[in-house]
Amino acid sequence: MIAIVDYGAGNLSSVKKAFDHLGAQAVVTDQPEILATADKIVLPGVGHFSSLSALEKNGMREALLQATSGGKPFLGICLGMQWLFEGSEECTEISGSGIFPGKCRQFPASVKSPHVGWNSLTIQTSSRLLRDIAQDSFVYYTHSFHAPVLAATSASTEYGLLFSAAVEQENIFGVQFHPEKSGDVGLSILKNFCEVVC
Amino acid sequence: MLTKRIIACLDMDGGRVVKGVRFKNLRDAGDPAECAAAHARNGADEIVLLDITATSGNRNTLLGAVRNTARSLFVPFTVGGGIRQLEDAAAVFDAGADKIAINSAAVRDPSLISKIAARFGSQAVVVAIDARKTDTRFEVFVAGGRVPTGQDAIQCARQAAVCGAGEILLTSMDRDGTQSGFDCTLVRAVAEAVSIPVIASGGAGSAHDFIEVFSDGRADAALAASIFHFGIENIAQLKRELHEASIPVRWPC
Repeated sequence: MIAIVDYGAGNLSSVKKAFDHLGAQAVVTDQPEILATADKIVLPGVGHFSSLSALEKNGMREALLQATSGGKPFLGICLGMQWLFEGSEECTEISGSGIFPGKCRQFPASVKSPHVGWNSLTIQTSSRLLRDIAQDSFVYYTHSFHAPVLAATSASTEYGLLFSAAVEQENIFGVQFHPEKSGDVGLSILKNFCEVVC
Repeated sequence: MLTKRIIACLDMDGGRVVKGVRFKNLRDAGDPAECAAAHARNGADEIVLLDITATSGNRNTLLGAVRNTARSLFVPFTVGGGIRQLEDAAAVFDAGADKIAINSAAVRDPSLISKIAARFGSQAVVVAIDARKTDTRFEVFVAGGRVPTGQDAIQCARQAAVCGAGEILLTSMDRDGTQSGFDCTLVRAVAEAVSIPVIASGGAGSAHDFIEVFSDGRADAALAASIFHFGIENIAQLKRELHEASIPVRWPC
């Protein structure tokens, strides 16, 4: 069973719907104890970095850290990927998990912000999450802050600068784009996550 | 590279997709869920469903159509029509929309934009502006193009952006349904006035019109309805032509 973490940040039904479409068993939950029984965890999210503060309220943050350090496959989507870093310029009072070093920053003034629409992936390493995804495939983005490129970056995208489109390290996966809104390419990526063994 | 989006719009009346000319003379164009799925298969980057005759009486018709359409749609899905308060937006998100489009209510009360953005994020709020050219400027109309407001379209777009709108959906009422080309003057004026993406709407008739609105009009996305529904312009074919004209699009898709 895949646990989709509900922390009150917008609408999670599209992520659930995508897993339903793939025939995967997924539940949306705000109960930290469910994470212990789940096989895999998805931390979705749209909106403002401050909405991640809701994770602090009921022990969800500890449950997430415990599951990720215990080797359980974890996929962070959009804000959920940004949570994997130390924090974000968007809201400096809230810290991320710090699993990856660095902070999420704003786009340069040379480009419109937010970054909204379909942009292409430059797949950089042999990635389990992006297995069989063609180089330069298009995925859907909507965000104002971006994560830096680092050793764990499995794909990058260019928008005013190069940023981490996807990160991957052992059982931890993150995507800045929305696979649940990226057509067949996105569904293939979610299917890869369903099949990944850590 | 960030691509220019081609958005298929479904104007809905009483649970059916319809299309008119200059907001009038509506013709039936099919079931919303079927139309949306067909457009997505054809390469539409996004789907917009607008309940053009929304009243509180047919709220359930809209929510039912949203739920059916969202079920098997895996591209961004925007819903508009009759959203007057935060609760209306919440119900539409709950039914499966990724973004809501607000028009009359946002013009009347811009704080509604901030309220929805604060709860669901700016990325989920599209402010729809219907504008008609006058001698000196572009004037904003509301209530499906029936009521003039005396407001200037560029000012209105700026204010929406300040209030937290994530995108502007800008419709030229003069061009709507005419297939005579987008109003590039209007689109460019607004696109240069705000830092958020602008979706051009009204007047799409040929691939050339899209090329023009993306280059001269500086649009981030372009929306069309009539040319797609009746098969005059196939989206896949349109995107190939844009690609050949060096407009960055998601193609092949």
